[in-house]
Formats: sequence, structure tokens, C-alpha cells
Amino acid sequence: MPHATLRGVVRRFGGKQPVHALGPIDLDLAEGEFFSVVGPSGCGKSTLLDVLAGLGRPTEGSVRFEGRPVLGEVPEGVGVVFQEDSSFPWLTVRDNVGFGLRRAVLPQAEIHSRIEHAIHFMGLAQFSAHYPAQLSGGMRQRVCIARTLVQKPRLILLDEPFGALDQQTRLLMGDELLRLWRETGTTVLLITHALDEAAMLSDRVGVMSARPGRFIDLVETGWPRDRDSRVVSDPHFGELTARLWTSLRAESMRAMGRSI
Amino acid sequence: MSAFSTPTARLQRTGLLDPLLLTATALLLWQAVGSWTDGVAVTGPAATFAYAGQLLLTSRFWESVGATAGAFAMAFSLSAVAGLLLGLVLGLRRFAGDVAEPLLAGFYTIPKVTLYPVVLLVFGLGIGAKVAFGVMHGLVPVTLFTVAAIKTLPPVLPRTARALRLSPAQTMRWVLVPACVPQIVAGLRLGFSLSLLGVLIGEMFSSQRGLGFLLVSGLAQNNVKLSTTIVLVIVVFAIASNTAILRLSRRFAPSA
Repeated sequence: MPHATLRGVVRRFGGKQPVHALGPIDLDLAEGEFFSVVGPSGCGKSTLLDVLAGLGRPTEGSVRFEGRPVLGEVPEGVGVVFQEDSSFPWLTVRDNVGFGLRRAVLPQAEIHSRIEHAIHFMGLAQFSAHYPAQLSGGMRQRVCIARTLVQKPRLILLDEPFGALDQQTRLLMGDELLRLWRETGTTVLLITHALDEAAMLSDRVGVMSARPGRFIDLVETGWPRDRDSRVVSDPHFGELTARLWTSLRAESMRAMGRSI
Repeated sequence: MSAFSTPTARLQRTGLLDPLLLTATALLLWQAVGSWTDGVAVTGPAATFAYAGQLLLTSRFWESVGATAGAFAMAFSLSAVAGLLLGLVLGLRRFAGDVAEPLLAGFYTIPKVTLYPVVLLVFGLGIGAKVAFGVMHGLVPVTLFTVAAIKTLPPVLPRTARALRLSPAQTMRWVLVPACVPQIVAGLRLGFSLSLLGVLIGEMFSSQRGLGFLLVSGLAQNNVKLSTTIVLVIVVFAIASNTAILRLSRRFAPSA
């Protein structure tokens, strides 16, 4: 059974003259898979994430996570990381990370050990008493990931989490994400506008069309599970990026032409 | 001998050096102005403290403090509560907010002293006019800052709350309110000093009681020691309470 499925998912916005933003989309995410979505800007990538996360309802079609329908609420077991910095500026790093467990009914020792683990795992140990304002953008995004991690999600959805970071930080954060994925065995869906990021990190990449976004290509990367950012020097990496760009080029031009 | 054991270095480490220097400078300036005007406008620190020692023992002084404190407490709490509620409504209802904001900002720019005769005619001589005048000063900044706090909330915060499966009440208490606190406290601080200003102006113009009245009667009777002492009392109170509010806000919103 697939871990998460979308069947005939369509999303329209607005009333009298609705905007057809997404779909129809059919997608099966295998358990433990690293799936990335690339597409021209405004193609509905974030809308796809919203619908899968339960942050937005599909206009048509159905979404299921672990066999249960997703109905306008984020199911237990799903963690979401946004592009914008969503750390809470009034809490220390430790309290930000612990925020993910405020509602959890768990023994105190378990809460403590999960927070410690997430802080160490994301390399935040020496900053645990700092406030977000004292950290760089990359560090803040680590805080947000750690806040999700303490909940032990089985599916992590990331909406361009490294979009605001510089190239070097992005590559390193990609490595962190791979390590997280490997060690937790969680399913990952990553929305990105960076083709190299998708080619380097994923098991499978879905290429979306211009609005209304549909999948026009699904690319298997064939990387081993213990990969890292050094695959960028592999000739296969070049082929993958080239294939993604070939699929995407016409769509991106279409998206540009529409918006100009 | 190492530099670390000099008295200056020790003070620096305790963080007392800057406040002490500032106080000393202020006292020196005060003394300079006092000597320069030959005690006609301002008495020097030593004479003032001596006079304050006597004044603090009189019931007349404490009655005035009580009158001002009462009027100010009412004016500030009215400004704070009404400003927060009004700001909440205007911030959440975008259209109402868009209409009201320029009107409030416009009212805020009027020198409110020009309206004081009207306030007097409406509320009469006494505490009512003072309180109303204090609220006229304090209400608008609290409202405007609250509106701004709500309007500038990043949309990602409520989304994060939903992603973390918080209930609406938890979202309010754990996310939205703390996110608004720094700006609201800034508004409250402004509202605090302005409603105090309003009450004092009210007392100076037309009152038989309160610190503002004492100040003006000091001037009228050419009692420079009295007026200088009242100024000192008000300055100490204003600075102390402003610092207290700042400290409090740092505890609730350490990033601000």
C-alpha cells in the first residue's frame, strides 16, 4: 500500500471566475521514498503541498495518508516545513524545538530526550539558549525542521525550505536532509525550484506543467540510499539535470509568457 | 596591577558604570543650569533635595500625588483597555481598519491642548476633565500600535500553528498573542507617557489639586524650589515606570 496517495486531485480558487490552479493529479508516494516536485513558478507546487498536508481541501478528488482520508486538517504523523522562517522569535531555540511537543501526552523523560536528540541532530546544541534573531537564516530553518522532527513524523513535507538560503548553505542543508531521511526512514516530499537540488536529493522527481499544474514527467534518479551532495560530480547528475530541464523548459516559457 | 582590578573595571563588569555616569552628568547639568539662572528658574540639586525632604513630610504633597495618581491610573487603564479592544477589532476587520486608521492618525496630529476648553465645558472642573484629557492623549497610540501588530503578523504563523495541529484557542494563546506582544508593549509605553502628559496638562490649566496644579502654583508664587521639586518627582516617576515596563516586556518578548 502506498504511504500517501492523491487521486484526481483538482484545486480551483475564487468564486465567479475561478482560477484552475492544480490538477488533475494522481500520485502515489511509497513508504520511505524521497520525492521532489519541480515546476515553473506559479504552477501550483505549494498548492499541491497544502492539499497533501491537509492545510487546504481539494476542490475535486481525494487525498489519503496511511490509508485514511485527509480532510482539511493536518493528520498526526505529517510534519510541514515552510519556505518562510517560521521559528517563533519570542522563544529560545530549545523552546522552539520543544514547541512541537507542547500538545503531546508523553512522559517528561521522553519529551526531554526527543528535544535533546533533535537539537543535536540538527547541529543546534551550542545555540539552544539563543533566540532566532541571533541566528542565520540557515540555522533558523534548522530550528523549524527540528521542531517538526520531535513529533517523529512519518511523512515530512517541505515547501522550498532552502529557497531563501545561499547556494553553499543549500547544498549542506541538502546533505542534512538526506541524513535525516536516511536515519529516520521517513517519507519526504520536497517542493523546490532548484533542478540540481531535486536531481541530487531525490529517489524520484515529478516535473509539473505550467498552471494548472499536472505531472508531465516522473524521473527515477537511481541513486543509492547513502548518497550525499558529492553526487554533483557524477556524470549521471548532469544527465538528470539535463532531462529535468528539457521537460521543464517549454513549460517555464509558457508560464513566463502568461504572466508577462 | 592589572586593569581588571581597578574600581572602574569592576563597575563595568557589574553594569553600573553607565547608569552612574549618566546620573552624574545629569546632576552636573542640573547644577549648571541652576547656577546659570541664579536659582530664578531652577534650584540646584542640593537645595532641591533638601526642600524635597521637607515637602515629602507634608500632607499637601501626598494629597496632590494621590489626586494625580488616581486620575492617571484611570486615564491610562481606560486608554489601555479601550485601545487594545479597539485595535483588536480594527486589526481583524480589514475594512474598518482601513477606514479608521487615517482618521485616528489625523486626530493624533491635532495639538489636543486646543480642544481642552471643549473638554472642560463637557466634563467640568475636576477629575473627569483630567481623565478625559489623558485618554485623548493615550488612546490613539495604543490603538494604532495594536492594529499594526495584528496587521503585520506574518501569514506563516497561523499556517505553522495549523501544521502543528493547534486548536484555535492554543493558536491564539501560544502563537498570535506572543507574536503581537512587542508592538503592543511599544504602544502601551507611548500611551503611558502621553496619558500622563494629558493628565498633568489638565491639572496645570484648571484644577485645584494634583502635581500639575502644585507645579503651576509654585510658578505663580515664585516658589522655584517647589516647582523644581515637582519636576524632579515627575521625572523620577516617569523614568522609573518606563524602565519597569521595558523590563517587563523583555521578559515576555526577549527578542524585542
